[in-house]
Amino acid sequence: MQDLPQQAFKEEAYELLSELEDSLLEMEDNPDDMDVVGKVFRAMHTIKGSGAMFGFTAIAEFTHEVETVFDLVRNGEISVTKQLVDLSLQARDHILSLLNEEEISTDSGQTLMAQFKALAEANSTPAIPDATPDSLTTSEENIPPVSIQKTYRITFRPNSDILHNGTLVTNLLEELLQLGTCRLVAHKAQIPPLDQLDPENCYVSWDAILTSDCGEDAIRDVFIFVEDECELKIAVVDTGSDNDGDAGEDQTIKRLGDILIERGEISQAEIDAVLAKSKRIGEMLVDANLISQDQIESALVEQQEVRKVQENRQRSRQAKAAPASSLRVPAERLDDLVNLVGEMVTVQSRLSQTAALSGDAELQSIAEEVERLTEELRDNTLNIRMLPIGSTFSKFKRLVRDIASDLKKEVDFQTVGAETELDKTVIEQLNDPLVHIIRNSMDHGIELPDDRVAVGKPRQGTVYLSAEHSGDSVIIEIRDDGKGLNAEVLREKAISKGVISAEDTLSDNEIYQLIFAAGFSTAEKVSGLSGRGVGMDVVKRAIEGLRGTIELESNLGVGTSVRLRIPLTLAIIESLLVNIGNNSYVLPLSAVEECVELTTDDIEEAHGRCLANVRGHLIPYIPLRQTFAIPGDIPAIQQIVITQVNGHQLGFVVDNVIGEHQTVIKSLGPLYRDVSTISGGTILGDGSIALIINLMQLMQQATLEDS
Amino acid sequence: MSQDDEQTNQYLTLLLNGEVFGIATNRVLEVLDYTDITPVPQTSEFMQGVINLRGSIVPVVDMHIKFGLPPSPRTVNSCIIIISILIDDEATSVGVMADSVREVLDLDPEQIEAAPRMGTKLNSNFIRGMGKYNDDFIILLNIDTIFSQQQLSADEQEVAV
Repeated sequence: MQDLPQQAFKEEAYELLSELEDSLLEMEDNPDDMDVVGKVFRAMHTIKGSGAMFGFTAIAEFTHEVETVFDLVRNGEISVTKQLVDLSLQARDHILSLLNEEEISTDSGQTLMAQFKALAEANSTPAIPDATPDSLTTSEENIPPVSIQKTYRITFRPNSDILHNGTLVTNLLEELLQLGTCRLVAHKAQIPPLDQLDPENCYVSWDAILTSDCGEDAIRDVFIFVEDECELKIAVVDTGSDNDGDAGEDQTIKRLGDILIERGEISQAEIDAVLAKSKRIGEMLVDANLISQDQIESALVEQQEVRKVQENRQRSRQAKAAPASSLRVPAERLDDLVNLVGEMVTVQSRLSQTAALSGDAELQSIAEEVERLTEELRDNTLNIRMLPIGSTFSKFKRLVRDIASDLKKEVDFQTVGAETELDKTVIEQLNDPLVHIIRNSMDHGIELPDDRVAVGKPRQGTVYLSAEHSGDSVIIEIRDDGKGLNAEVLREKAISKGVISAEDTLSDNEIYQLIFAAGFSTAEKVSGLSGRGVGMDVVKRAIEGLRGTIELESNLGVGTSVRLRIPLTLAIIESLLVNIGNNSYVLPLSAVEECVELTTDDIEEAHGRCLANVRGHLIPYIPLRQTFAIPGDIPAIQQIVITQVNGHQLGFVVDNVIGEHQTVIKSLGPLYRDVSTISGGTILGDGSIALIINLMQLMQQATLEDS
Repeated sequence: MSQDDEQTNQYLTLLLNGEVFGIATNRVLEVLDYTDITPVPQTSEFMQGVINLRGSIVPVVDMHIKFGLPPSPRTVNSCIIIISILIDDEATSVGVMADSVREVLDLDPEQIEAAPRMGTKLNSNFIRGMGKYNDDFIILLNIDTIFSQQQLSADEQEVAV
């Protein structure tokens, strides 16, 4: 058992590492985006800082080298290259294995460290940051503490003889530029005509708008040696605090006229006079010869700068506000909560039943209230477990990148709908099937770059991954623009494997479904990635385990698409409660379309075929009483529950339909693992058990028996 | 768990069709009165179904079928013994139907003889030994082999249509 703070560090580091991976991949796409580089740097920085604090010295040392390089990148001294991203990804993996305390050769770490050092030294600058940065303390916030940024207006009017004693004005201005974000405007109006110009005099003056966290003194220091030889005015135009933003933007960002008045370059009266003529204020002032074009420009710069600073501040304030409202909770606690809510739903249905039987009006109204609350509690609790699927998507980004380089293929990975939310356990169990499908798409679907060019496709193949909500399910689609499935090849393969016989006539679509059969692999050679014949059947079983469905579409030469339909949650489902004999069963309500009666006359008319005539359509049905071998007499009027399973209409015959039911799914335990037609059980209000029918398995069973 | 078995000398005895069987007490969780069992379709007859044990679903098995004994009528003494078994190294609860429960006995190792290879009409794998108590013989059951996955799968195949 590890100490708690160390555990906390690890948890945080895992999160940071996965963030880091995302940022690195994003950086590869947008090498110029300094925000992303900043994110990478901060992640490294935090890992290093808290690593050192909690005694993970190996991690801290290693990360330090990486951080050094990224600091250079951040300062624009190293540009982002593929090599750098590769190296950083390796470094990220190395940190991960250090974190897991895996047995790794120190060599690989040393080599990586050396490579990073080499990168840093190749750009040998004195700007290597402090080895022990000051922000070791807090790691809850990834943003290093920023002191308040103020915006100053600096008016610098050197005396015309300033150059006589050897002052280099350029140096002064450069020093000023280094203090922060600074924009300079030169006033050139004082330059005399050439015949009157003394080349040893300075006729230019400057206005600087500086946004920096340094104090006014620091600015004065720049000009300390020339203070007597110039006119220097420093004024704060934006204090950096938000207080002045409350009255609204119009007031905080000063109008051009106001700025000029404040500077004493023009009086309010003069402006008012000019304003009477309706032209843009700047032009008008220039036209009126009250001030020069330069002065206007300088004021405009100030206006822009202040506006920019305030916008940035607003944005960072919004960004900061977001994480404060989230809370990290161990997943097990949530699982416990969901279990408890499940018990609660069961007890509540017992209460409702007892209340209804008792005839006590007050008890009934209490029971109703409890029912409403329980329902809300259930929805809220299940919502807590909902996570955006995007976390899995970004993992695949890395996977695609690695596989593509292994296979020497060029693949662009595009995702849509990363914000789609799914139950946490569902997302976890989706991971492996999705990995399989994506690997298959890249291995069998996407062609080698040269082959693609030969058939007139772009060199780079594309794998799309999309997720979207549809009712109480999520549809996940994996699509590639590769070569598609070849029905002929599949058919021959299936015949040679004995999956189908040579006489079977199958539609192309039916042939495609064969790849889900066990032991079926179409790759001619087995690669490390796929082709071992354990791919798609495992995928199919995993998806069915989630009570989902899988569909496949393919066009030869155009590409393949795999669509998964996954229910939002596994714990509690809406269902239809039915009776057969003394036993209760539930069917998932999402599949149910309608219920119709089936009389003994109807059965006789069908001459032993299990087909029902529903408004002119023949719908096959499964008599559950016979299928489940339930003893007892068949009632004169039975009910057919008509469902939609895998795109087919299918009826299930039961004695009675009782109604909708909130079903808390419970497993039947390992002894019933091999029972496929029953996917679990639920406890009803009276304490009896209803079994949950797996419609898809029953359909498959019935299809097998028929053929 | 089988290690623990060696450490206990206590056995719960039960009657199945007039014969006395013993189960090591450290595997017995509780004894319930007979309740209605919800049958699970398309399973072997040995797997009688499931019951609601305070909110969890517990499977119940009928040893008569396992041991080739004729089924006995339900009486007031009929009960379900909840025992703990290991399946794939995971402890899970299972109910075993019994015609009646008798008592808890202390049996010293010297009172236990090895299971006879023949003559018991039972699969000798299921028997850990024969306990001798007064002049009666008690068949001590080896719970884990009865519920081993191969054994259950073999049952499944028998009933497969």
